[in-house]
Amino acid sequence: MVGVKSVPSPAISADERSHEVDHPSSKVAQFGIEQPLRLDCGVDLTPFQIAYQTYGELNADRSNAVLICHALTGDQHVANVHPVTGKPGWWETLVGPGRPIDPKHYFIICSNVIGGCMGSTGPASINPATGKVWGLDFPVITIPDMVRAQAMLIDRLGIDTLFAVVGGSMGGMQVLQWTAAYPGRVFSALAIACATRHSAQNIAFHELGRQAVMADPDWQGGGYADHGIHPHRGLAVARMAAHITYLSDAALHRKFGRRMQDRELPTFSFDADFQVESYLRYQGSSFVERFDANSYLYLTRAMDYFDIAADHGGALAKAFAGIQTRFCVVSFTSDWLFPTSESRALVHALNASSARVSFAEIETDRGHDAFLLDVPEFFDISRAFLQSAGKARGLTLKDR
Amino acid sequence: MSVQEVLPLGGLPSAQSGQFRADHLLVAEMVKPGSKVLDVGCGEGDLLQLLETRGIDGRGIELSREGVNRCVAKGLAVVQGDADTDLVNYPDDAFDYVILSQTLQATRQPRVVLENLLRIGRRAIVSFPNFGFWKMRLQLLIGGHMPRTENLPATWYDTANIHFCTIKDFVQLCDEINVKMERSVALDLYGRPVPLNLPWWVWNMFGEQAVFLLSRGGGK
Repeated sequence: MVGVKSVPSPAISADERSHEVDHPSSKVAQFGIEQPLRLDCGVDLTPFQIAYQTYGELNADRSNAVLICHALTGDQHVANVHPVTGKPGWWETLVGPGRPIDPKHYFIICSNVIGGCMGSTGPASINPATGKVWGLDFPVITIPDMVRAQAMLIDRLGIDTLFAVVGGSMGGMQVLQWTAAYPGRVFSALAIACATRHSAQNIAFHELGRQAVMADPDWQGGGYADHGIHPHRGLAVARMAAHITYLSDAALHRKFGRRMQDRELPTFSFDADFQVESYLRYQGSSFVERFDANSYLYLTRAMDYFDIAADHGGALAKAFAGIQTRFCVVSFTSDWLFPTSESRALVHALNASSARVSFAEIETDRGHDAFLLDVPEFFDISRAFLQSAGKARGLTLKDR
Repeated sequence: MSVQEVLPLGGLPSAQSGQFRADHLLVAEMVKPGSKVLDVGCGEGDLLQLLETRGIDGRGIELSREGVNRCVAKGLAVVQGDADTDLVNYPDDAFDYVILSQTLQATRQPRVVLENLLRIGRRAIVSFPNFGFWKMRLQLLIGGHMPRTENLPATWYDTANIHFCTIKDFVQLCDEINVKMERSVALDLYGRPVPLNLPWWVWNMFGEQAVFLLSRGGGK
C-alpha cells in the first residue's frame, strides 16, 4: 500500500478554541435588544457583542483614534500576543511602539468582525434563542454589516470621527466601506492590497474552500458543534488552497524550490516529500487550531458579496462623490489575488470624485501576503501618509 | 538678476527659494494661493512641496513608480499614472490649475494632453524646453548632430522626449486649438527671464525653456 499521512489533528482542542468565542481575552462591547444590528439580509441581529482591543490613549479632543480592520482570518489581536496560539500580534510590523501606527500617538482600536470566532458574535457563538451554537442558523453577513457593527462600537467609545481607518485585503474592503458609508467620520483612509469588489476568480477560490469544508463528514451539515467535533481536515484543505493565493510563484520558488523535506530521495508515496507540501500542511493544521469552520464560510461569503459600485447604481465614482477623506491606496506588484489593476480602478474613481488620494504600487515578489510582512517601503509610505494627515488634522505627535 | 529676485514669492523665506528650480519658482508664482492644483508628471514632488509652502492644495500624477513612492513617502497626494492615458479619468473643472512641467515633450499626443489639461483645469501652466534655443540650432547647423544640453543630456536613441517643439510651434498649437495665453515667460540658460519687451523671435532664439499660463479661449 502506498504510504499516506493526512493533515495532522490540531494540538489545541475544540473546547480551547471555542472558549474564546464566548469568553474572549479582550474587551467586549455588549449590545442589547434595544440596539439591534440591522443586517443587509433583512435580519436584526440582537443581542450581539463585539470583542476588541485598544492600544494607546484617546486624546482630549478625541481626534487621534485609528481603527484597524482585520483580514479574513485575522482578529482583534493586532499588536499583542495571541491568546490561543501564543504568537505575536498579526500586524506588529505596522502597529506598535516605534512603528508607523504607534500607540504613543494614536488611540488604536481593532475589533473582531461580526461573523468572526474570536469573541464577536458569529456562527460559533451561542444563539440566545436556543441556548445552542448558532451554526448555519446564523444570518449571512456582509462587509457593510461588519462596518455597521464597528460604527456602533465607535459610537459606544464616544468617538465621532476616526483619524484613520486602516486595513489590508478584507480589512481594506472594510476601509473602503467605511469611507462610502460614513464619509464624514473618516479623516483618512489607508486601503492596502484590496479592491472595491471581489473578482470572479476570488469568488471561485472561496467556493473551493467552502466546498472543502462541507465535504468533510465532520462538518455535519454545519451542526458539528452539537456533536463536539470540528471539520478540521476540510478547513485545513481550504486554508492550504487559500494560502497558495496569498503567495506568488516567485516567492514559493525562492522559499522552497523543489527541495525535499528531511530526506534526500522521493519516498514514492503521498507523504510530504517536498518542503512546500510540508509547509502547506503546517499552515492548514495550525489554522484549524484557532479558527471555526462555519465562521470561515460566513466571512468568505461576505467578501464574495462585496461590490461598492453595485451598491451605488453601478458607478464607483458615485460612492465617493464629494468625499473629503484623504486616501492612500497601496498595492504590491506580485499580488495576483488583489492585483494592482483593482487598486488602479479605485484610484481612477477617487480621482473622478476629486478626492485627495495617494497611490503607490510596491515592488515585491511576496504576493498578497506582502502587506503583513516586513516591507520597509510600505512602512515609509504608511508613516508619511499618516504624519501628513495628522498635520492636516492638527494632531500633535509626541516625541519619541 | 535671478528669478528669485524678479519674482518674490509670498510666504517663502528667500533663503529657502534657492533650493527650488527656476521654472518651479516661476510656476509657483503664477498659481494663486489657496487654489487646487494637479501637477502632471510631478517627478519626485519638488514643485508640489514648493506649492504646499504657499497653502496650495496640490495633487500629482507621475509615471515612474520610484518617483510616486518617494512623493507618497513625503506625504504628498500623488498617484501612479500616465498623462497620455489617465487624464481622461478626471472630471471637467476638477482643478483651478493643471501643471505640466517639462513633460509635454515626453507625451505621445501633446495636443490631446493639452486639451485635457484645459478641460480638467480652468487654467493650465505648461513649461517645456525650447528646441529653438540658439545652442540647439547651432548643434544641428554646425555640429550636424541631434542637440544635447545640460538639461537634456539624453542621446537621440534613449531619450524619453519624443515630441520636441519650439516656442513658436507651441504658440501655433495654442492658436489652433483656441487656447488663450494669459502669460508667457521665456527663461535663458541661467534661468533668467528674457525681457518681456523683446519680439517673439528673440524669445524663440534665447529662451532655453518657456513657461505659459493658459486658459480656455472664448471660442472662434
